[in-house]
Amino acid sequence: MPSLTRRDFLKLSAASAALAAAGCSAPREPIVPYAAQPEATLPGVPRFYASAASFVGAAEGVLIESNTGRPTKVEGNLAHPGSLGATSVHGQASVLELWDPERSQAPRRRRLPAARDSFERELNDALARAEARHGAGVRILAPTVCSPALQSQMAGLASRLPEARVHRWDPLNRDHAHEGARLAFGRQLEPVYRLEESRALLSLDCRFMEDEPGRLSYIRQFAGARTPKRETMNRLYVLESAPSLGGAMADHRYAMPVAAIERWLLKLAADPSQDRVMRAIWDDLRKNQGLVLAGESLAPWAHALVHKLNRALDAPVSLVEPIDPRPETHARSIAELARAMHAGEVELLLILEGNPAYDVPAGLGFAQALARVPLSVHLSLYEDETSALCTWHLPATHYLEHWSDARAFEGTAAIVQPLIAPLYGGISPHELLSLLLRRPQRGYDVVRAHWRGIDWEGALRAGVVADTAFRAERPALRDFDLPQAADAPAWSVRFVADQSVLAGRFSNNAWLQELPRSDSKITWDNAALVSSDSARELGVQTGDMLELATQAGAVSAPAYVIPGHADRTVVLALGYGRTRAGSVGNRVGVDAGRLRGSGALWTAPLAGVRKTAGRHEFATTQDHARMEGRDHAKHIALADLVGKARAFADETPEHSLYPAWPYDSYRWAMSVSLNTCVGCNACTIACQAENNIPTVGKEEVARGREMHWIRVDRYFEAGRALFMPVPCMHCENAPCEYVCPVGAPVHDSEGLNLQVYNRCVGTRFCSQNCPYKVRRFNFLEYSRSEEPLKAQKNPEVTVRMRGVMEKCTYCVQRITRARIEADRENRRIRDGEVVTACQAACPAGAIVFGDLSDGNSRVSEAKRSPLRYELLAELNTRPRTSYEGRVLNPNPELA
Amino acid sequence: MSDVAAPLRRWSYASVGDKIADIVLTRPARWPWLAGFAASFAGTLALFGAIAWLFIKGVGIFGINIPVAWGFAIANFVWWIGIGHAGTFISAILLLLRQKWRTSINRFAEAMTLFAAGIAGLFPILHLGRPWFFYWLAPYPNVMELWPQWRSALVWDIFAISTYLIVSLLFWYAGLIPDLATLRDRATSRVKQLLYGLFALGWRGEARHWARHESAYLLLAGLATPLVVSVHSVVSLDFAICIVPGYHSTIFPPYFVAGALFSGFAMVLTLAIPMRHFFGLEDFITLRHLENSAKVLLACGWVVAYGYFIETFTAWYSGDPYEIAMAQDRLTGFYAPAYWFLLACNVLVPQLFWWRRARRSVWLLFAISIVVNLGMWTERAVIVIQSMHRDFMPSSWGLFIPTVWDWTILLGSIAFFAFLFLLFLRFLPAISISEMRELVHEEKAQ
Amino acid sequence: MSSYGVLAEFRDAEGLLAAARRARAAGHRRVEAYSPYPVEGLAEAVGFRRNWVPAIVFVAGLLGGLGGYFMQWYSAVLSYPINSGGKPLHSWPEFIPVTFEMTILAGAVVGFLGMLLLNGLPRLYHPVFNVPEFDLASRNRFFLCLRDVAPEDARRFLGTLGPLAIWEVPR
Repeated sequence: MPSLTRRDFLKLSAASAALAAAGCSAPREPIVPYAAQPEATLPGVPRFYASAASFVGAAEGVLIESNTGRPTKVEGNLAHPGSLGATSVHGQASVLELWDPERSQAPRRRRLPAARDSFERELNDALARAEARHGAGVRILAPTVCSPALQSQMAGLASRLPEARVHRWDPLNRDHAHEGARLAFGRQLEPVYRLEESRALLSLDCRFMEDEPGRLSYIRQFAGARTPKRETMNRLYVLESAPSLGGAMADHRYAMPVAAIERWLLKLAADPSQDRVMRAIWDDLRKNQGLVLAGESLAPWAHALVHKLNRALDAPVSLVEPIDPRPETHARSIAELARAMHAGEVELLLILEGNPAYDVPAGLGFAQALARVPLSVHLSLYEDETSALCTWHLPATHYLEHWSDARAFEGTAAIVQPLIAPLYGGISPHELLSLLLRRPQRGYDVVRAHWRGIDWEGALRAGVVADTAFRAERPALRDFDLPQAADAPAWSVRFVADQSVLAGRFSNNAWLQELPRSDSKITWDNAALVSSDSARELGVQTGDMLELATQAGAVSAPAYVIPGHADRTVVLALGYGRTRAGSVGNRVGVDAGRLRGSGALWTAPLAGVRKTAGRHEFATTQDHARMEGRDHAKHIALADLVGKARAFADETPEHSLYPAWPYDSYRWAMSVSLNTCVGCNACTIACQAENNIPTVGKEEVARGREMHWIRVDRYFEAGRALFMPVPCMHCENAPCEYVCPVGAPVHDSEGLNLQVYNRCVGTRFCSQNCPYKVRRFNFLEYSRSEEPLKAQKNPEVTVRMRGVMEKCTYCVQRITRARIEADRENRRIRDGEVVTACQAACPAGAIVFGDLSDGNSRVSEAKRSPLRYELLAELNTRPRTSYEGRVLNPNPELA
Repeated sequence: MSDVAAPLRRWSYASVGDKIADIVLTRPARWPWLAGFAASFAGTLALFGAIAWLFIKGVGIFGINIPVAWGFAIANFVWWIGIGHAGTFISAILLLLRQKWRTSINRFAEAMTLFAAGIAGLFPILHLGRPWFFYWLAPYPNVMELWPQWRSALVWDIFAISTYLIVSLLFWYAGLIPDLATLRDRATSRVKQLLYGLFALGWRGEARHWARHESAYLLLAGLATPLVVSVHSVVSLDFAICIVPGYHSTIFPPYFVAGALFSGFAMVLTLAIPMRHFFGLEDFITLRHLENSAKVLLACGWVVAYGYFIETFTAWYSGDPYEIAMAQDRLTGFYAPAYWFLLACNVLVPQLFWWRRARRSVWLLFAISIVVNLGMWTERAVIVIQSMHRDFMPSSWGLFIPTVWDWTILLGSIAFFAFLFLLFLRFLPAISISEMRELVHEEKAQ
Repeated sequence: MSSYGVLAEFRDAEGLLAAARRARAAGHRRVEAYSPYPVEGLAEAVGFRRNWVPAIVFVAGLLGGLGGYFMQWYSAVLSYPINSGGKPLHSWPEFIPVTFEMTILAGAVVGFLGMLLLNGLPRLYHPVFNVPEFDLASRNRFFLCLRDVAPEDARRFLGTLGPLAIWEVPR
């Protein structure tokens, strides 16, 4: 930095403060805080607003924390069925998306900045011509629309422009599920699973914990039914072609390619008794309110077959109307649009979000077809691959900046209310459509008009519109044709939504890019996942390049060997190989879309797979997958647990040289249940958002310098994956403390192991002596961030400079907030009043935090669990964080 | 005994002093010194350049990470401080044991100690995340009433190393005072007369002064003796008080002290052999000196070998899975080549010293001394790095890969050491004149 | 101008030692002897009795150690009592290393400074330096200085000891 006098500094900081103030103005219309909160904005006191966000085709209810007008953190909304209080990794990361400095900031015509007025003029001219043709040549393309208000706006188009057509393309569409229902019932229906009612689940390649619209609810329900009691604990069978969270939680897991799963299903439906495993599973399903879940990778007939099986089992599944019902599939819809564009029939194309130039199957030539459209308009958050090819690009508003609405997976609607006025003067889809309807309206008015007659303020306050859930239907089953069992291809490729970037929406999100993918622990990359046997057959090791070819195209992708994976199936996540995502997302990974044909969205036979020259370095956060006989992530079979007071021996030494330190106040503690943790990473990213944890980039992760305060360890042990979230243990005899020469890590009177950043000189002795390796060090100046990213920072948490050690604090700022509240009311902090960020986000409810001195607190309760154990107890560190071991519930007949 | 000093019979008080003083006062710098000086100066500049970059960017320029948060800096620190130990051992412990042969090597060995300990002292500071706050490790009055955390071995280190530096400096300086007086009286240039005169403090060789000087010198030696043992013991406690396998070991203090002497004596040979060659000091630093040093090396090599053995044995005997895994990894893991290399350097190669011919072959001695130096540095690096890279949680296992900055600072520190040593040779008597005179006197008396 | 004393130069240590003894025997009380290296018995020969250096070192070391321990106890127990790793405030075993180092440090520093102080050093100017030949005292010559008698008497007496030369030392 050039020399900066104090005066310059003051001037600069005044300027940036003014800028921040100007940037963060409140939305124009009145917004309503969540539940009962003070009406006035108090500096230093965050307020919460309910809203909703959609990531996988359905809304997840959120509460947004706002600090003096800046949205800084996303929490779940307990009242919202798509959240149940939890958040997904995407929900957590969406606040970073809001503040991303690389978001599009101005309308562009042919890539050059242009005024919005001239856009409106051009649009109106085109519309005037189109109206003469009754709207012929006007097309609208959108991904899955979760907003009822937008749907009705689109419907309103039909009266004005009867010939105009609306298309859908969502790279993560649910075509197969909807077509399956059409086969089975004659109409599009969406299955809503009631997992908590079932004691035997069979998932057929169904990624219900990460990709299904009800994912957060499903995780919570699944976890709720894992209580280790013989009468109630569920059992999960998983057949899967790609590693998934559900597969890791399965009691019985079978890895096989999609075609094999389909064959297996055919056999099951025909006669389950012909195979020992199949018979055992079917018996279990029949006896224990079984439920079969079909994944999107399965063909429509397989979904229909699963409906049939579930009907036979009288399974706990509700059939409801889809959120975005369509007369045709997305695949057909986009193909028709592409055809019309090529044929020159499209005069005006409005693309409402989505990135079709990147994610439409290559064979349709969508990108080339765009050149033939006289006026194409792309509304999106980023100026991306599609924006570059369209006539106009318009900056979209973020969901935290605009009014809208959205339905949850089972239909419940929520109002999306903005927390902040648009940072860059963006346009919301509602406003753009209103322009198309020649009735320019503000988004607020569109939404308000749509929801006339409801308790508006109540809906905003609660985050849900009461009584809007879809009614469950029970349509009659129809007959449908089953295919002949086809020969499975020798090698196939399987496409999955990336756990972090989905199909590319979050490519430019550093939190998500750096979030280790649950199965591989890879960051900043996708990889061609292959099983150990397949790798041997191909002669590759992790990091070698594989050339993959399908009918649609070919790519070269780095191999990553993952144990327990289906043989001869290469898994490649979507959403990578972006070229215009932004500085974070460009040139990360390879574009799986180039292999994806429109007829084979989820799996395709590989025409060629072979090792090619070259090496690729992955940046993983966990390089060693085996536990080496150390038994850190403990597990026990349900049958062995019954009747035991303690499942795992207490290895804490009985004697200690020094007497135990007395604690006479609160004794904060945490319990993490490995039995319910599904390894989804929500805790890691929630902690990152709450505690101002910087990202470090791929190179630094490769060096082993990632900063996550709570990591999710993943071990492959005895044919299964075991997840283990590891935050700081807050040891009572903390080894980190007594080795620090300056006493930067100290214990407070409530048993928190604190790190005094100001005092830390960076000897790293504490990390050396931490047996859990939970401490994180600012090796370089990681925390520097540009405007407006700084606005995301939690004002209650210090931003750490380089050379300083940091780690989990049990969210001490939240404890302090609760303490201030309690002190003001002259009482003790109540149980459940302090909720750590990881705990709040966890969909499985696997993390419990509270006060041990209160024998009735939930954490005390959790610590009385027979599954309780402490990590490395034999070291006499006396951790305050303890674990509940995992209980496996294998079918005795399959033992 | 007598054959150490036998060549001294040719020398008188005057000539012995003149010979040593001439190196400093009159002899012009010749090309080996100039070449060495130029090279070491370049290396020193590289060191300070790297340090500047380190302060600008942060310790992230090194290869350290989580789990291996300590890297070359700590290994260098332990290595350098160990090298320092031989100097104190020679000058203090051998003085107390009345080993007269030490006389001709103690002065430069003490200088070696000072430079090595000084350089060693740099590393804990360079290694800090926020090096500008290094003084927070020391107790000093401050308005916040903050104190160091006395249970930390790093605080013990600060005390041990600063004590060691100060005591070594006093010891060295105390021994230098009479020689500085000699230089003062022999110097012809006014500047040198003034400078040497200033540092000689007006020494005039009065009998009472000599008496107090001798007793103070002896007491300093007496204090330095437990001190030198304590310093490397404390350094070893940086590791031993940790609970990490590979660090947590009760054998560390003696094992580290023996290793210190081992590397220190190796460095004495590395320095003495070229010095006696280029400055013609063969009569003062005789073959017997070199042979004795070789014997010390052989003995220390065995103590160190015992340390290696017992570490592995204890790991196995403890039955502790973490200890066993650590030992196995040391023998067969990623860093195993480094471990086998150090075993070869520190255990195998010194066995050549069982042969008298090897002990008396000057250039073989020189080569082996360098091998031992390499081996001991590798040992420090293996302890610091290998132990950490696979500790309790397999999920956190990782690798430390040194960067160009790690190597620059290591090699730069060696250059800086050479730089200081070459300056010392030109400006101060490398052999104690007054003690040599005593030796000449005794020799003549026989 | 009175003189500082009278200086006699000797060829070797034995000569100086014998001369010093004879001077003491002759009743001279203020005798100084200079040699280029420490000569055994010379100090006693010129009347040196009590060497305070060991006592100083002992006391300083003791105080240093006690002070070091007190500093740790005071700061860890009274001034800055923090819970560090669940260990007691007064973790005496861990206070030993610093106590030990403080003992050595205080002993060494005070011992060295005490030696200089008792020797009256640093003293860059001293009358004996006025004798040009005295520079050999740091090379190969031995000197005896008589200070308690008139220069003429001293010259006479020193002449009987077989010196190489005799000078009067101007003040």
